[in-house]
Amino acid sequence: MEPVQIISGTAVPLDRSDVDTDQIIPSDWLKRVERTGFEAGLFGEWRDDRDFVLNKQEHAGANILIAGPQFGTGSSREHAVWALHQYGFRAVISPRFGDIFRNNATKNGLVPVQLSAAGGRTLMDAVLNDPTLEIVIDVELRTVEAQAIDFLESFPLEDSIQHRFLNGLDDIALTLQHADDIGEYEAHRPDWVKELEIQHNAR
Amino acid sequence: MTDQPRTLVEKVWDRHVVRSTEGEPDLLYIDLHLIHEVTSPQAFDGLRLTGRGVRRPDLTVATEDHNVPTADIDKPIADPISRKQVETLRANTEEFGIVNFPMGDPGQGIVHVMAPEQGRTLPGMTVVCGDSHTATHGAFGAIAFGIGTSEVEHVLATQTLPQSRPKTLAINVEGTLREGATAKDIILAVLGVLGTSGGMGYIAEYRGSAIEALSMEGRMTVCNMSIELGAKAGLIAPDETTFEYLRGREHAPAGELWDAAVADWKTLYTDEGATFDSEITLDASKIEPHVSWGTNPGQVVPVSGRVPDPAAMDDPAERTAAERALAYMDLEPGQAMTDVKVDTVFIGSCTNSRIEDLRAAAEVIRSSGSGVAEGVRTFVVPGSFAVKTQAESEGLDEVFTGAGFDWREPGCSMCLAMNPDKLSPGERSASTSNRNFEGRQGRGGRTHLVSPAVAAASALAGHFATPEDL
Repeated sequence: MEPVQIISGTAVPLDRSDVDTDQIIPSDWLKRVERTGFEAGLFGEWRDDRDFVLNKQEHAGANILIAGPQFGTGSSREHAVWALHQYGFRAVISPRFGDIFRNNATKNGLVPVQLSAAGGRTLMDAVLNDPTLEIVIDVELRTVEAQAIDFLESFPLEDSIQHRFLNGLDDIALTLQHADDIGEYEAHRPDWVKELEIQHNAR
Repeated sequence: MTDQPRTLVEKVWDRHVVRSTEGEPDLLYIDLHLIHEVTSPQAFDGLRLTGRGVRRPDLTVATEDHNVPTADIDKPIADPISRKQVETLRANTEEFGIVNFPMGDPGQGIVHVMAPEQGRTLPGMTVVCGDSHTATHGAFGAIAFGIGTSEVEHVLATQTLPQSRPKTLAINVEGTLREGATAKDIILAVLGVLGTSGGMGYIAEYRGSAIEALSMEGRMTVCNMSIELGAKAGLIAPDETTFEYLRGREHAPAGELWDAAVADWKTLYTDEGATFDSEITLDASKIEPHVSWGTNPGQVVPVSGRVPDPAAMDDPAERTAAERALAYMDLEPGQAMTDVKVDTVFIGSCTNSRIEDLRAAAEVIRSSGSGVAEGVRTFVVPGSFAVKTQAESEGLDEVFTGAGFDWREPGCSMCLAMNPDKLSPGERSASTSNRNFEGRQGRGGRTHLVSPAVAAASALAGHFATPEDL
């Protein structure tokens, strides 16, 4: 993952609640074994509609998606995050995220920015009103700012996730530094668990 | 710390902490890692790219479920992209020494059906899978949750996951279910109360006399849809029902190990005096058979009810969502649900494809003595090869086919339409699955979530109906 600190740019306003991961990337796209090329499937069912917000010329080049509450609920498909990131989004703003989507986003350099319901609404209306509104997301300060409308709000981001974003770190490498602890844990599991594993492995 | 009263979630969590450091998530050990063809290929690629191996192939189990056709399974998969994905799983599991249950194998099935029936899911475990319905395994008193592909790779490489401790939510369902109401109706009713975000940030524990009275199949149905509440996981304390289900299963402990395991499992309950971060209580006797009317699983009413009027909703976001849902579903406010005609009935999915579900649907057909209504398309898809074999030994397949139902091979099928079983645009289904999202069962398809009994009754009536309505 590339380090991420400041994301600045314009936003696409997706003014709906409950945008589930089936909508972000339809299941037909999940048959692929590759990790790239998902941008063409982003919002696959809605993209055919010429009036769909992503198709509007005024939002070309935007790198932030702002959506209603409960964004990314449902299926665990990381393909949803790949599709958003490969399309060019670097952050998604919503008052509430599906748990697995949020986790997945943090593994792929897509910043999940959770605002208050009121703050999310204010920013959404401002973007709907002015597609050129410049938004700055600062991962180090954990803030979202839109100077033109005097908007500043902080957002929650766990220290460990912030650290990984800022340094572009690989989660697995971090955990493998504790391989001894894992081995120690395995050695101290209950006897019946260890014995059951030995029996299975002997089959 | 162990002297403090603890919830079941805390007990199971605490016994899996490999490493705990202030300001960092806990590093949790994973006892069972289930994989399937859809969310694993890129994880195995990641391992190869970084030269990492699989730490515990013996705690990893694979099955082919999402893509597999439910007809002609003796032939290669017709869709070349699906076929490649399934072949990739076979190659990856062989390369890394992981057991896989391929299409047509007696052990094959939907991952959340086959693992419990083989006795692989045990009380007190941590179970993960690259699939959001992993919460199903919580029925055994396990902390079980869905993960993304990066996390699949993480578990393959380390057998652990860094996880922040979630809050706890008690969902109490007290009393006795009325005739005709099932486990599916319990969870749909809970969704009606909590909505799709009421569980966000929590692990739920389902408690109360109505939950204790459920079979393991029913408990799996309830826990399965925890993710629809937005919860990370949902679980139920193990008891005699759990132990009886597990006794003698292939991968469950046996002999002396069984006794030691049961003694351990009997400590897995929420202590008297332990507190939850949040709590709700439902009266089971008031839960009617339910049906969803909208495009998220919190949008439900009793089958005897009517399509709600968005104009009567106070919350503007809820109102807009309802208006959009009604337009997509082609429904009018005030319409009686029993006046809504169905085109297709799907009985299957990790929510409702177990033997008890098929028995319940077959019983509705037997009692009514009638056949599938004119023009209604049906799919009965057992959750696993073992369920299919059991159902056939009980003659259930003949009950279904005799009434005009289509009896299929096991897999995820029309729950998410990754195989050829799909709705056409505008087609309306009564489905025993878990998600009524736009396009979930096929582009433009309209999904209504129901129990197996309501699905069977609706197939016979040609419109939404409870068995009582027939």
